[in-house]
Amino acid sequence: MAGAMSQNRKAAFSLARHSTGIIASVLFLAPIVWTVLSTFKPAQEARQPPLPPWPTTGFSVENYQTLNSFGDGLWASAQNSIYVSAMTVILSVLVSVLAGYGFSRFRFPFRDFFFVLILSTIMIPFQSILTPIFLVLTRLGLHNTLTGLVCVYVTLQLPFSIFMMRNAFDAVPREIEEAARMDGANNVTMLVKVMLPLVWPGVVTIALFAFLGAWNEFLAALVLMTDQSKFTLPVMMTALQSGRFGAIDWGAVQAGVTVMMVPCLILFLALQRFYIRGLMAGAVK
Amino acid sequence: MTTITATSAPARARTRAGVSRRQWVGLLYVLPAVAFVVVFFVIPLGMTAWMSLNNWPLMGEHAFIGLDNYFAILRDTRFWNALKFTAYYTVIVTIAIFAVAFPLAIFIERPRPLTNLYRTAFFMPAVVGFASASLLWSWLLNVDSGLFSPTAFDLGLTGKKVNLLATFQPAFWSIIAMVVWKVAGFTMIILMTGLQSIPQDLQEAAVIDGAGPFARFRAITLPLMRRTLALALILSVAGSILAFDQFYIILRGGPRNQTLTAVYWIFNQSFVSFKLGYGAALSMVLLVILVALSLIQLWLLRKPEGLD
Repeated sequence: MAGAMSQNRKAAFSLARHSTGIIASVLFLAPIVWTVLSTFKPAQEARQPPLPPWPTTGFSVENYQTLNSFGDGLWASAQNSIYVSAMTVILSVLVSVLAGYGFSRFRFPFRDFFFVLILSTIMIPFQSILTPIFLVLTRLGLHNTLTGLVCVYVTLQLPFSIFMMRNAFDAVPREIEEAARMDGANNVTMLVKVMLPLVWPGVVTIALFAFLGAWNEFLAALVLMTDQSKFTLPVMMTALQSGRFGAIDWGAVQAGVTVMMVPCLILFLALQRFYIRGLMAGAVK
Repeated sequence: MTTITATSAPARARTRAGVSRRQWVGLLYVLPAVAFVVVFFVIPLGMTAWMSLNNWPLMGEHAFIGLDNYFAILRDTRFWNALKFTAYYTVIVTIAIFAVAFPLAIFIERPRPLTNLYRTAFFMPAVVGFASASLLWSWLLNVDSGLFSPTAFDLGLTGKKVNLLATFQPAFWSIIAMVVWKVAGFTMIILMTGLQSIPQDLQEAAVIDGAGPFARFRAITLPLMRRTLALALILSVAGSILAFDQFYIILRGGPRNQTLTAVYWIFNQSFVSFKLGYGAALSMVLLVILVALSLIQLWLLRKPEGLD
């Protein structure tokens, strides 16, 4: 009898748990799904309230096509965003791997000072130093260039990614290096051939964070990129949404938002393990 | 430390100078990182401090004016209003985020069937950028082409289509809803790590002692999660104080400039009015607030004595 009772209670608990889970999941996913579905409506229908969210008057990619007709076009902004994000990933990984290795394996003057200096930048909001960054970029001839924006994004990534990489290198046993050194490997070969494969998960994590950071950043791009041909996707889409190109075309806005969201979602789903790892490392430090 | 003593035989045979030269190479490895941080962070930081003591227009010569910018801030009621609004927003949004994230964290804490799927679903909005999320919600909140007002009208809940963004209260709570939707999953994961670090046998022992779920939560869960809670709290507070994207994109600071945040006001002064010196002085105020917050964080996150 007691067995049947607990069986029932178990089933009830499970039912309650899954209904809660499903309702909450729907709430969190609905805005994303709603937008993505709506983008495939013809322009006429996309102006109406999205009920139901899916296209009812036929499937169309019209919204994506119109998006390309504003200003320098969606594709130009997308290219800017891709360039900025890719360069941020490459540069911040390169710089952080070198620095993480240096901090982990060598003892040199001011080592701790430099490490604390880099990490302490996380305490200071970059929003408060945007004006001088603007002036520094002008002085360096990087004013209103995507390269200048990349430099800023790389700097913003460094505290987290150097912290991650130093921990990753610290976790590699020194015996491995000694064995390699006996085999005559110099510092560079050692780093590339021996160490890099061992710290690879850390590299994927910092690359993922660098991509998401650069792809989604808004304020610095808004302030530093004054020429419309240099706009990244968030800045371009905000200009469109503010009616800068005439009446607001909500179908096009949805299409732009979809283009901005989908790469993040795909990368996250594919590399979830690494993302959570990074979050934990940041949280547990 | 151990590198020197534990290196292989040939290395040990080298002179002391050789060993230290090998260590100096480390400087070369960290040099690019240090260069980035100095050029794009340390120098701008120093410049902010210097600029705040100057009248610094975009064009033309700047002039040293001492603390005049700071005196001007004291009289700048619009800045204090922005700061007040930012504080109000920070308190409300942080409470709202925790009210959603904590139950979710408890929900996904232990591995049960489908837990991973739920966790991923809750977390999805967190990887979308603030700008994308704001653009998305500015559409959902739009009075004519959006979702909420037309639906409420169609269902007969409202007599006419209500513009949610036209008055302060609905506009403000719309932003809160959007931010909770976007951030709760992130806070949930952080809180989950704290929950998972609580030893299971402690909870079981309390169950045997007859402690109910609420007593267990108060006596075991909360105290043992102190550091995680502090971390999640500080991340949420710091992020909210620096809020800009959602207020700029969805509300443009409106209605009637009631939702201008501190960063928004600095942005306006520096890059719309081009009062760079004054903007720098405002930035210094913001910076002091955030550094103070970081110091509080370090204090809250200190390892409890005798534990760990």
